[in-house]
Amino acid sequence: MTGSDLLLQLDGVSMQYGRGETAITALAGVDLSVRRGELVAVMGASGSGKSTLLTLAGGLTPPTAGEVVVEGHWLSQLSARELATLRRRSLGFVFQDFNLIPSLTALENVSLPLELDGWTSKKAHRPALDALNIVELGDRAQHFPSDLSGGQQQRVAIARAVVGGRSLILADEPTGALDSTTGELVLRRLRSRVDAGAGGILVTHDARHAAWADRIVFLRDGRIVDESQASAVSSLLSGLPA
Amino acid sequence: MSVRQSLLAILNQGPCYGYQLRAEFDRRTGSTWPLNVGQIYNTLDRLERDGLVQKADIDADGQNYVEITDAGRTEVAEWLGSPVVRTMATRDELAIKLAIAVTLPGVDIAQVIQVQRTATMRTLQELTRTKNATADPESAEQLAWLLVVDSLIFAAEAEARWLDHSEHRLARARAAGLAKPLPLNTAVPKRGRPAKTVQASA
Ligand SMILES: Nc1ncnc2c1ncn2[C@@H]1O[C@H](COP(=O)(O)OP(=O)(O)O)[C@@H](O)[C@H]1O
Ligand SMILES: [Mg+2]
Repeated sequence: MTGSDLLLQLDGVSMQYGRGETAITALAGVDLSVRRGELVAVMGASGSGKSTLLTLAGGLTPPTAGEVVVEGHWLSQLSARELATLRRRSLGFVFQDFNLIPSLTALENVSLPLELDGWTSKKAHRPALDALNIVELGDRAQHFPSDLSGGQQQRVAIARAVVGGRSLILADEPTGALDSTTGELVLRRLRSRVDAGAGGILVTHDARHAAWADRIVFLRDGRIVDESQASAVSSLLSGLPA
Repeated sequence: MSVRQSLLAILNQGPCYGYQLRAEFDRRTGSTWPLNVGQIYNTLDRLERDGLVQKADIDADGQNYVEITDAGRTEVAEWLGSPVVRTMATRDELAIKLAIAVTLPGVDIAQVIQVQRTATMRTLQELTRTKNATADPESAEQLAWLLVVDSLIFAAEAEARWLDHSEHRLARARAAGLAKPLPLNTAVPKRGRPAKTVQASA
């Protein structure tokens, strides 16, 4: 494996909220890397630091210690403008609370990252519609978020994260509002995106969804306490009979 | 035990000989539960002793066929018509391990749970990967295999959820001053076996 396979590297990353006696250490010295073609799941109790980890990986806030490296760029060395460009082009973020813009339609929400990157809205609509179709919401393209169910809004947020072929997808509980069939659909699409050369971090409570990952890291009190890596060949079962 | 009843249900389709019965069991369970021929013959002996099967013809190749009796047919119908009940005997090894571990001093229960969680998730990952590499089933044998894989996936998922639940329960119990180690209770075992009695091990 070459260095360019490395999409994300967290190197001794810590995050403290607040100062002094009331300071909360949300992450304490986390090392984690994601390669091309790799889906990493993060599991841990509520409050263990999962969302914080994603926020730092996505360059939304700088860590209080350690270094975040995305596609070879040290985020601490980038100007605000360079960081914004990198985030738009390389990172797809699915927020826990969706973060859709209420005054924009589903299609406009999904087009937005491309338009911010200089695409005309006409040019952006085609890949945006493709992304909506991937999550089976093509027929809701002209609806506003307020006209969509929680699960549908979540799927719009997922479409927005994968539009335009971004290489690193960071998803915070992306199946939380979905029924189990739709959740499975989303996982399948995320998995095939990663298999096609992207990388991803999937934060989830759901063991069955985490099991789609190549690696699962377990967070407790801001530290990675264990890791599970699937072996290529199952020791439990012979394969499908002919 | 379900091997016994499974073989009986297969024999309800017609007389079989030992190897044949093994092959039938194998293909009907997607080869997920390998049986050796010794197990087959032992099971057949017990079924015959209980009057559920009887010896039938020997064919030109010298194969000893076994056929089901009326009592055997009744047993198959009862098996199919009743739920599988988890008895005390099938009580979960892991639940017992955790219950005991909680009562021991100097054991980091969170760590015991995490070790198990990692193993359970690895199992779940392997099963998911195996299943996802599979297209829709194209034969009855593949369908049987998929049914068993799904059941293993759901069992592993349930175990992972139970571990999360136990972790929360223990955290709350600890906060309430429960979940303390139990020291050996020297006052109790009056009715135990006297130490002097030498017993052959069972
Ligand atoms: N903006 C913030 N200000 C202060 N504390 C925060 C903030 N965000 C998260 N925390 C705290 O950091 C810890 C980790 O939170 P979070 O990363 O959201 O965990 P998770 O996503 O695993 O539930 C928690 O104790 C939480 O209360
Ligand atoms: Mg969170």
